[in-house]
Amino acid sequence: MQFGKQYDAGNYELVVIGAGHAGCEAALIGARMGMRTLLLTISLDSVAFMPCNPSIGGTGKGHLVREIDALGGEMGINIDETLIQSRMLNTSKGPAVFSLRAQADKQKYQNRMKQVIESQENLDLKQNEVIHIEIENGVVQGVLCKTGAYYHTNAAIMATGTYLGGKIFIGDMHYDGGPNEMRAAMYLTERLEANGIHFRRFKTGTPARVHSDTIDYSKMEIQHGDQPIVPFSFLTDSIEREQVPCYLAYTNLETHGIIKDNIGRSPLYTGAIQSTGPRYCPSIEDKVVRFADKERHQLFIEPESLGTKEMYVQGLSSSMPSEVYMAFLRSIPGLEKAEVMREAYAIEYDCIDPTDLKPSLERKDVSGLYFAGQVNGSSGYEEAAAQGLIAGINAVLQIKNEEALVLDRSEAYIGVLIDDLVTKGTNEPYRMMTSRCEYRLTLRQDNADLRLTRKGYEVGSVSGLRFERFVQKEEAIERELDRLKTIMVTPTEENNQKMVEIGSSALKTGLTFSQVLKRPECNYISLQVFDPERLELAAEITQQVEIQVKYEGYIQKQQRQIEQFKRLERKLLLETIPYQEIQGLRIEAQQKLAAMKPRSVGQASRISGVSPADINVLLVYLEQERRKKGQS
Amino acid sequence: MKEATIAAIATAPGEAGVGIVRISGEESLRILGEIFLPQRGRKIESEDNRRMVFGRVVDPNSLELVDEALAVYMVAPQTYTREDVVEIQCHGGVVAVKKVLHLCLQSGAELAGPGEFTKRAFLNGRFDLSQAEAVMELISAKTNASYQNSLKQLSGHLSAQVSGIRRNLLEVLANITVAIDFPENEAEAITVQRMKGFLESARTEVERLLSTAETGRILRDGVKTVILGKPNVGKSSLMNALLRENRAIVTEVPGTTRDTLEEYVNLHGVPLRLIDTAGIRETEDRIEKIGVERAVDWVERADLLVAVFDKSRQLEEEDHRVLALLSERKSIILLNKSDLKEIISREMMVKEVPNAMIIETSMATQQGLETFENAIKDLFFHGGVDLQHETVISNVRHKNLLQKTSASIGEALQAIEAGMPVDCFEVDVKDAWQSLGEISGDSVTEDVLDQVFSEFCIGK
Repeated sequence: MQFGKQYDAGNYELVVIGAGHAGCEAALIGARMGMRTLLLTISLDSVAFMPCNPSIGGTGKGHLVREIDALGGEMGINIDETLIQSRMLNTSKGPAVFSLRAQADKQKYQNRMKQVIESQENLDLKQNEVIHIEIENGVVQGVLCKTGAYYHTNAAIMATGTYLGGKIFIGDMHYDGGPNEMRAAMYLTERLEANGIHFRRFKTGTPARVHSDTIDYSKMEIQHGDQPIVPFSFLTDSIEREQVPCYLAYTNLETHGIIKDNIGRSPLYTGAIQSTGPRYCPSIEDKVVRFADKERHQLFIEPESLGTKEMYVQGLSSSMPSEVYMAFLRSIPGLEKAEVMREAYAIEYDCIDPTDLKPSLERKDVSGLYFAGQVNGSSGYEEAAAQGLIAGINAVLQIKNEEALVLDRSEAYIGVLIDDLVTKGTNEPYRMMTSRCEYRLTLRQDNADLRLTRKGYEVGSVSGLRFERFVQKEEAIERELDRLKTIMVTPTEENNQKMVEIGSSALKTGLTFSQVLKRPECNYISLQVFDPERLELAAEITQQVEIQVKYEGYIQKQQRQIEQFKRLERKLLLETIPYQEIQGLRIEAQQKLAAMKPRSVGQASRISGVSPADINVLLVYLEQERRKKGQS
Repeated sequence: MKEATIAAIATAPGEAGVGIVRISGEESLRILGEIFLPQRGRKIESEDNRRMVFGRVVDPNSLELVDEALAVYMVAPQTYTREDVVEIQCHGGVVAVKKVLHLCLQSGAELAGPGEFTKRAFLNGRFDLSQAEAVMELISAKTNASYQNSLKQLSGHLSAQVSGIRRNLLEVLANITVAIDFPENEAEAITVQRMKGFLESARTEVERLLSTAETGRILRDGVKTVILGKPNVGKSSLMNALLRENRAIVTEVPGTTRDTLEEYVNLHGVPLRLIDTAGIRETEDRIEKIGVERAVDWVERADLLVAVFDKSRQLEEEDHRVLALLSERKSIILLNKSDLKEIISREMMVKEVPNAMIIETSMATQQGLETFENAIKDLFFHGGVDLQHETVISNVRHKNLLQKTSASIGEALQAIEAGMPVDCFEVDVKDAWQSLGEISGDSVTEDVLDQVFSEFCIGK
């Protein structure tokens, strides 16, 4: 490889490396917050590309998209504009775990995002490969591309996804490469390692794409989208669009038999892939080995785009050789004659240990160098976008000399995601899941804007237009909540008959509308008979009102838990605390704390290897220090 | 920063044969070396671990002899605090130990706060919070039963039970996780019924522990027993008779408010806290208040009322006021002076207080005393407690946390009953989990430590 001769290519306030889901959000928010921003990508054809599943959202991830939107990100709007099917998942389990998931038209998704970036003021999108980030005295100085172009900047965001040191595995075959036959970025890792930035290897994979005409859908269950479509973005009023269906298929014992017979040919088991794959998105061979007693695994057949007949087979990611893959694929009812257009593959790539980062996503050891997305060891478009957005916002805030935006675990799934990554680290690609969040009843997908939009406005990531719209919604909710408290339902014979008619039971005493609404069997719509004068309100407002009234007691209890959580979160730990000299801390805890330098007692308590007993010791130490200071 | 070396007098103040000064921390051996000269001439070294050495305590500045003493050096971590510990046994009494302590402080030790030795033991991982609390209860145990119970708690009995219950709750939380994370996956749907089962058995366990709290309180504080009666019916004789046989081993606890009119009595393992209203009457004589009126306050707070009547005298106005106090309260009527001629009969008393327990006694001949003692035992221990096998909740903090736990589990079960979604009752389950964790210190909260250790006495 012969690199171009280095030349001065100009100045940017912010340079974003990689134009995947993290990079796009980072660059857009940087430019929108007024920074002259450069977005560099190996290929302009891979901007916002979805190399794996053609969908956005799902459990936990749907929450992230809502939060990204509430903070002024683009992902929610982009999927609203390009979705071809939408469903609200988990509706049987309560509002906290409702999860929105949409099938994206991959081609449109990519194209629209690229257009938004191209039209964004302050933002330049360029095709070039970064081979070096210059760091001097622990501060970013500039970014060097392979053509020789050198861009001066004091803020860079690494959003390299799976491109960095990418290596593709299909059965016995392997070669250097990025996703979807793109080229991998093969030079940057080495240069950064020389600067003391350490990398490790993770792996992920994607299933085959099958030609739609070769699938017998009559042997599968059809799955339609919801009507009406619930938009992801709080800026989208409604979506009127024809939706396309997905299909459910199942593996069987024959499938599993073929996989087991050939398990020795999977690079995961031959040892060719040494890196760790995601536990929650395992390859089919992983699933068959790990859940040996399961007789079938569920698969989803999903359209990739209206512009193609390629179908995505969710649940069948694999790195088996093609002939094996074909054999077990065709053992599945409906896929007997399936023709594979793109083969399944596994990809191994360079990522960092995210505990090297501050909660702002800046490196602890390099000022102005941020990391976001899969390079941090996460997995998924939504997780990447969320980090990209936060890294972008914080890079701007740093340039402006303002305090970083750090969302805590009681404020947002984004807070949980980043806290998990930078505090606990991860040994496998980290996926957002609802259960990772402690305060689910408070952090619902429906109230992401109520939780975050004001914060976003304060740091400048939310536009005036969005904020105005938000304030109106907030006021409308407050008004309606107040109004419902003033409506009385008296236990007259007529009213009690109505109560029975809507499936509830007679009232014994007079209650306010809000009190009646708390009954599990009642809802805002069915109770209209007691509230004939109500105004027509948007569904997002009435739903919000209903949830807040219905679950008020539980939400309040959780608020008390949050208050307790925040007390330890607010007990800040100075970076100068000599953990190794605190008696009573176990050696492991001393080492972990000294290495991690947590910002609060709360964060310290979540570091693996630090026990409750250690935290008690730490609390006593802090108290002693406080008293000493008080005395002197 | 190094933890300071602390020192304190470990024995109770007052005249005694031996008094102990305890030092804990890295400087222990150095301090000992400065103030203690072994008879044998060679200084105490770490080879002397746990060896008792005779010598003289000397002021290092003036070389003045302070006391003759035995000293022992114990090397960390096999010590009470898991730090280096020194104990100096000098002569008891107020002066000698204070002088030795003063020398320790002069040589660089810091005066230990209340419970600081035990706090260090806890912080150094020697035991959990409920075990640390057991130490305190052990020290203040007034009867054998209460002592045994504390000992069991110290050995981790309660902690084991609490973590058993917590495992049940964890099972519920884990099931909730599975239920919400895999919406359209094949992951077996965990039925709410199963979670209900776990919650119910957790609640049963918590309730069972709680049901011992009353016994625990009595073990800890004694049965608050108020003796009522007009003058000269034999209250003081009763008191004396009980004290003569059963005076409690531990009485005065410095620093705690003790009414001088109270006495602790150990009645077959049942601690009685006797409050003699006769005494009250005497002290209040000058303001012409009769004991019964003054006693009303006490009656309100009593666990047991013992009303003494003179069998050989007619019931008077004052007797009737006593009788009025008895209604609806746990009480025993003593018809005293059974050796004299009978004016009031058992039947007459039954008419006055239909459900009362009536025992005829004579303090002069000791008649009826044993019946009386057994009656008390039956009243409070229903024939006896099995402290060998049962964990008894004797700590108020534990009781409150268990009550919170029980309430939270109850609310979770109610929510399940009402058909609320998982994420609602999960909030209650988490509350219960947290409360239980606070018993052992597994859930970290800011203020619990200070709260616990502030109740300790200095030197432990």
